[in-house]
This record gives sequence, structure tokens and C-alpha cells, in this order.
Amino acid sequence: MLGKLGWNAIPFDQPIPLTAGAVVMLILLGILVFVIVKGWLPYLWKEWITSVDHKHIGIMYVLLGLVMLVRGFIDAIMMRSQQALAFHAQGYLPPEHYDQVFSAHGTIMVLFAAMPLVIGIMNFVVPLQLGVRDVAFPTLNSVSFWLTATGALLVNLSLVVGEFARTGWLPYPPLSELRYSPGVGVDYYLWAVQISGVGTLLTGINFVTTILKIRAPGMTYLRMPMFCWTALASCLLILAAFPVLTATLAMLTLDRYLGFHFFTNEAGGNAMMFMNLIWAWGHPEVYILVLPAFGIYSEVISTFSGKPLFGYRSMVAATLFICIVSFCTWLHHFFTMGAGGDVNAVFGITTSIIAVGTGVKMYNWLFTMYGGRIRFDTPMLWSLAFMTTFITGGLTGVLLAVPPADFVLHNSLFLVAHFHHVIVGGVVFALLAAIAYWWPKAFGFRLHEGWGRAAFWFGFVGFYVTFMPLYVVGILGMTRRLQHYDVPEWRSWILISGLGVLILIGAVICQVAQLVVSIVRKNALRDVTGDPWDGRTLEWATPSPPPVFNFAVLPQVKEAEYYWEAKRRAREAARLGKEPDYAPVEMPRNSPTGFVCAFFATVIGFALIWHIWWLMIVGLVGAYATFVVFAWRDVPEYAIPAEEVARIDRANRAARGEALTGEALA
Amino acid sequence: MSVADSTLRPADPYRLGYRAPNLARGHGGGGPATKRVIVGYGFWLFLLSDIVLFSCLFAAYAVLADATAGGPSARGIFDLNRVAVETACLLASSFSCGLATIAVARRNQILAQVALTITGLLGLAFLLLEASEFAALHAHGYGPTRSAFLTGFFTLVGCHGLHVTAGLLWLGTMMAQSFAKGFRPDIGRRFLCFSMFWHFLDIIWVAIFSLVYLVGTRL
Repeated sequence: MLGKLGWNAIPFDQPIPLTAGAVVMLILLGILVFVIVKGWLPYLWKEWITSVDHKHIGIMYVLLGLVMLVRGFIDAIMMRSQQALAFHAQGYLPPEHYDQVFSAHGTIMVLFAAMPLVIGIMNFVVPLQLGVRDVAFPTLNSVSFWLTATGALLVNLSLVVGEFARTGWLPYPPLSELRYSPGVGVDYYLWAVQISGVGTLLTGINFVTTILKIRAPGMTYLRMPMFCWTALASCLLILAAFPVLTATLAMLTLDRYLGFHFFTNEAGGNAMMFMNLIWAWGHPEVYILVLPAFGIYSEVISTFSGKPLFGYRSMVAATLFICIVSFCTWLHHFFTMGAGGDVNAVFGITTSIIAVGTGVKMYNWLFTMYGGRIRFDTPMLWSLAFMTTFITGGLTGVLLAVPPADFVLHNSLFLVAHFHHVIVGGVVFALLAAIAYWWPKAFGFRLHEGWGRAAFWFGFVGFYVTFMPLYVVGILGMTRRLQHYDVPEWRSWILISGLGVLILIGAVICQVAQLVVSIVRKNALRDVTGDPWDGRTLEWATPSPPPVFNFAVLPQVKEAEYYWEAKRRAREAARLGKEPDYAPVEMPRNSPTGFVCAFFATVIGFALIWHIWWLMIVGLVGAYATFVVFAWRDVPEYAIPAEEVARIDRANRAARGEALTGEALA
Repeated sequence: MSVADSTLRPADPYRLGYRAPNLARGHGGGGPATKRVIVGYGFWLFLLSDIVLFSCLFAAYAVLADATAGGPSARGIFDLNRVAVETACLLASSFSCGLATIAVARRNQILAQVALTITGLLGLAFLLLEASEFAALHAHGYGPTRSAFLTGFFTLVGCHGLHVTAGLLWLGTMMAQSFAKGFRPDIGRRFLCFSMFWHFLDIIWVAIFSLVYLVGTRL
């Protein structure tokens, strides 16, 4: 009746996951009770859960990403503290639990923290920068988000019901095959990643269509802001890479569920095929994350230097170059697995070549700052920290790209230090910069600058103290994923790394304090005009927060940096351009389709993990019924009358006009 | 600031990459594309991603084709006559799907329903023939668990079969909808996507037919 599910699935004998799970459930229950008592449930349902507005979906993505970032960080604290204690000792995490912690850490950080954050920022920013009202497929966008949330839910569920994979963040066979991993851990991994992967693929389709087919009149390709270009390149990579992930995980699933022989040791299965397939997805995935990060830095550095982006066209070329070459380097993840000298040499060279594209970008950012009037607000601090950090992190990558060096360093903490160096220094810094930069646009008030700076310095210093020692122990021969060790030379470096995590905890506290303080003092921090940073792209032409339709009238783009030029003309004339003719706006209606789809996806995923076949059929029938109900609806859109559009736009024009005369008087 | 901004802008004599904007809708100058173009374009992207998925399965099949583990190889286990009938069914169903496109364009409900019914029946015949092939192989002890080669074969062909099944479900739903609601624009766009999907399944089948069945039995 319940498949493999029984009371023994709940780890009553392990206090850590049980307490953690209980605390999380209490918090969730507390939030739910609070929301119901306050009567916010109808508001949440109407404005957020069923919303198809790209801005709301983007904010929900970012919220999901931040929550999962904290979850992944707690895993990191456990790993660092375990290694700090486990010198000539067992530490406090038994091996089977420690293995789950590092597997969950990697899976969560890449797929359920970084991906939702990147996609959330794209969701919020791209339609605004393109000067349009929504993405190509608004309801599909909501489905994407809720499927990602389903994956995150399943990963967290594994904490208290059953177990998570003990195979590392990529489940290499034959270890991940049924014979060596008989529990449900790998199944949790497979279905969580598979379901959220479908959501990500749909996002890729949605955003490529949006960027290529839905832009404001006059927004030609070479007038698009840099972030839109990087989002386009990232989504093209999603389109080409995520089906590979789907296929690979489906093959492993067939091996485990139906006794197929793709990657098994018996009957001719070929485990090396898994390495090739998974990294044909895995390497582009790195660029799916980092290309939008490059776009964020381009926007921030140009805005806070008060100058157009230097070498815009070379930046576009470098982005597309990286987009293509990222598919030609995957083998460098397993130089040591016996592909032979010639093959290794080719992939070593392609791996070094891809650094050229990033080098071009680095010089462009430097020349953008050159001669500019630079303002050192929090987003700019993160960007500057990124430039120094990413160059050194990239250089250790070029070192690892040399196959003979890789033979010495592979699978060591040197590698772990390298990829944290580029992913934290490249992607996480960018996301924190993006949140500080676009927060006023999303919520109508700025974040508190003092707490932001504190979080930056703790984060920047903490990052170096945590990860530089790992390079050293890597060279001293310490391999990754050690549950305990007894080499005295490593001891002090591991302790320093643990100290770094303490500093990073300080950064997290400051970041949370920043949010709390800013929300409490939001009236003092209010952004009245909608353009708090003296921005250059079209999202700053809207009020903060933007109305549901974004633009009262679609902007007629005449040149690159059109908003900046229009602002310059307004400043010279000391008045705004003339009021446009307002017309009614048609917007897509909200729909619970995404939420209901995700509900059934959760049911199907859970049923498949625990082999509850009848429940799976119920889930499939429910999903099909949802699809039919959605297809049957008669009124997909609603109209906002012209007077309402005019009222909102006039209020913003009044605020901007006031700021303009104030500026002229000053 | 504004003065510095205009004087500092460097000369750019060649304007490389900057052309006069194309004023057609969806091409930069003319604003967003029409709904029909957007939906069709998005669905094309989905089909491309699906082709990537199939290409992984083709690659896996190619890697595992010789890993027969002492079991049968591609030579001798396929009944080419049955595969020929399967292929004929699928290709004919694409023809009737094309007829349905004409009927929808002419707003002819009866012709559209008839053509779509024929499409569905031919698709069903294809699926039944495929199921009988799988059952026959299984009866000989040549199931997907026998060897890595058979694993690759069943997954590749079975995945195509699952796509056809999903297509039939879609077809039935869409026929009912167009019967109940008439040729609304959104149903027209759905029909455009369905016909693209159905022809796409043909293309995948042609690749399977050539690479798995023809090459497998002749080499």
C-alpha cells in the first residue's frame, strides 16, 4: 500500500536531522498560523501564489534561493566543524550522515540556491530592461517556479523522511546504482533534480522567446542592455544543456527502477558514459550561472561609474563566445579517467581558451571605471571584490586545465577551493550585488547602506579566510570529502578555514539584519522617483515598485542607453518630455495552474521515490486534469482602463518632475 | 556631466554591427511579435530541446550497440516487415495531419475532425505494432535487462513511443476542445504546435528507422 515507506523511514535514532526537521516544521507552522490569523491568506493566494506577473515570480524565486542558500550554508558549517573536530577522532557526524551532508550541500547550492537566484533576477529584470509588459508565456513562468519549488521541497523532505544521496552532488555510477546505494537517497536526488530541471528548461524556452521576439519598438539587438544579452546566452545554454541532464538522470533512473544496464558493471553497461553525459550538462551549467552574473556586474559597474559600458560590442561577442566554447570543455572534469593524452590535450587547450572571453570582459569593466566618477555603494563594492577575486580564482582554473597538473591536484581540496573561489566570488557576489541594486525597484525603498557594508566586509574577508587555506591543504595532499583525518600538517589550515566560516556567519547575520532594519525604516529609505542610482537602462524609467503593466506606454527606443539619453535631454531642458497618450492595457489573468501542477508533481515525485504506484497514477491523472482545465478557460486576459494607467503614470511623472526642478535649483 | 558625456563619446567611423532597425514586428524595430509567432517560436525551441534529448539517447545507443553481453545483436532480432508497416502508418498520419491543417485554415470542422481522427487511428496502429514488437522480443528473453545493447534499444524506441502516446492524448483533448469551442485563435495556435510536434515525431522516427533498424540489420 505504501511501497517502501514505513515508520523506519523517520530517523528517530539520529538527533541532528530530527531536531533540524522539527525546528523547520515549527517555523513553517508558525508562519502559516501567523498568516492565517492576520488574514493574509487571500492576499498571498491572489497576489503571489497564483500570480503570473514576472516581477512577483522573480521575487518568489529569489526568496526560495535565499532560504536554500541558508540551508546549504548550514550544511557547510557542519562540514567545516566536523573536519575541525575530526583530527585523530570521529567528530560528531558519522560517515553515512557526513556523506549526505556534502551531497546535499553541493546539490542545494548549485541547483536550489544559485539557480533560483539567477533565474529570479532574470525574471524580475529582463522584461523591464526590454521595455515590455511580461514574458512570452506568463503562466508557464509560474509553472517553472513552482516545479523548482517542488524540487527544493523534496530535497528538504529527505531530511526527515528517509535519507539523501551519499554519492556527492553528481551521483556517479556504479556507486549510485541500486546494488551500492539501495536506499531512497539517490531516488530523492533523481526526482528532485528531474522535476526542477523541467522547470528550468521551461524557463529557458520562455526567456529565449521573450528576448528574441518581445522587445519594445526600436530595441534592436545591439541596443539591449548587457544583462539581457547574458540572460539570453544563459537561456540558450539551458535549452541545449538541460535536456542532456534529463536524459542522463532518466537513464540512471531506468537502471535503478527497472534493472536496465546503462551504467552498471554487468551486462555491458558503461559507467564512463555517465561521466561524459553528466558533464556535457555540468560544464555549461557553470556558465548558465556565471554569464548572468557577468551581466549584473556590467550593469552595476557602468551605473556606479556614471559611464556607458566600455566595449559593448566586444562584450556581446565575448558572451556568445563563452556560450559556444562552454560546450567544448567538459572532459576536463575527468582528465584522470583514462581518455588518453591526445584527448586530454585538446580539452586542456579548449579550457584555457575559454578564459580569453572572460579576460576581454575584465578589461572592459576596468576601462568602464577608468575616468569615471565612481560611487562606492554596496553593489559596487561587491563588483570590485569580484574583479580581484575572480581573476585569481580563474588563474587557479587555468592551472587545473593543464592535464599534468590536474593529475596531481584532482579530487583534492585545491579543486574544492578553486570552484568555490569562482562560484562564490563570481556568482554569489553578483547575486548579493543584484539584490542590493534592484531591491529599491522591487519594493520601493533602498536597503540600509551601513549593514550592507558590514555584510560585504564580513563576507569578503570571511570568504578568503575560509577558502585560501583549502588551496594549501590541497597542495599538501588532502583529498576532498574526508570525514576524518590524522595528518598533523593539515590541522592548522583546517582550523583557519573553520574560523573563516565563523566570519561568514557574521556576514549572514549582517545581511539578515540589513533586511530587518531596512523594512523597519522603509519610510526613511523610500525611493520616490523610481531611479535611486541614476540608472541607465529602462527599468529605472518605471515607478518603484513598477505597476503590474510595467510601462504605461511601451517606450519607443531610439538609441543605445535610450533612458539615459532621454534623462539627459530632460535635465538640459529642466522638464520632462510631453505626456504620452494613455490607452487601456491588456494583462494576463492570474492562474493557479502552476501551483496545482507543482502539487501533483510533488505527489508523483514522492510516490516514485517510495514506490507507491497507485499514488503515482493519481498524481498523473491530476496533472492531466489540471492541463485540461487550463486549456478550457475562456478569458485569459483582463483590461486595465486607460484612466487607471494614466493615474499611476501621472503620479510618477509628478515625482520625477519635482526631482528635476530640485536638481535644477541646486 | 551631460557635456562630458557627449564630448567623451569616442568616434566610431565604421559603426560595426549597427544597422538601421528592421521595422517588422518581432525584429527589433517594430515591437513585440504577434501571439501566433511567439507561440510557434517557443514551441520550436521546445522541439529543439527535445531533439537534444533524443540525441543523447541515440548517442547512448551507439555507445552500447556492441555491448551485447553474449545476448543477441541487432542482426536477426528485428522484423523489418513490421517496421515497414509502422513507418508507413506514421508517415501516412503526417499526411492526414497536413490535411487537418488545411481544414483548420478553412474553418471546416467536419473535415478537420475526420482528418484528425485518421491521424489518431494511424498513430494508434503504430503504437500497437510497436507494442507487439516489444512483446515478441520480451517473449524470446530479449528484454531491456538482458544486455546494455537492448537497454539502449528499448529506451530510444520506447521514448519515441511515449512521445507518440502523449501526442495522442493531446490530439484527443484538442479535438474535443475544437468541437466544443470552435476555431478560437488560442485553439488554432495549439493546433499549430500539435502539427509541428507530430511532424517532429516523424523526423525522429526516420532517424530511428535508418540508424537502428536499417543500419543494424545490414551491417
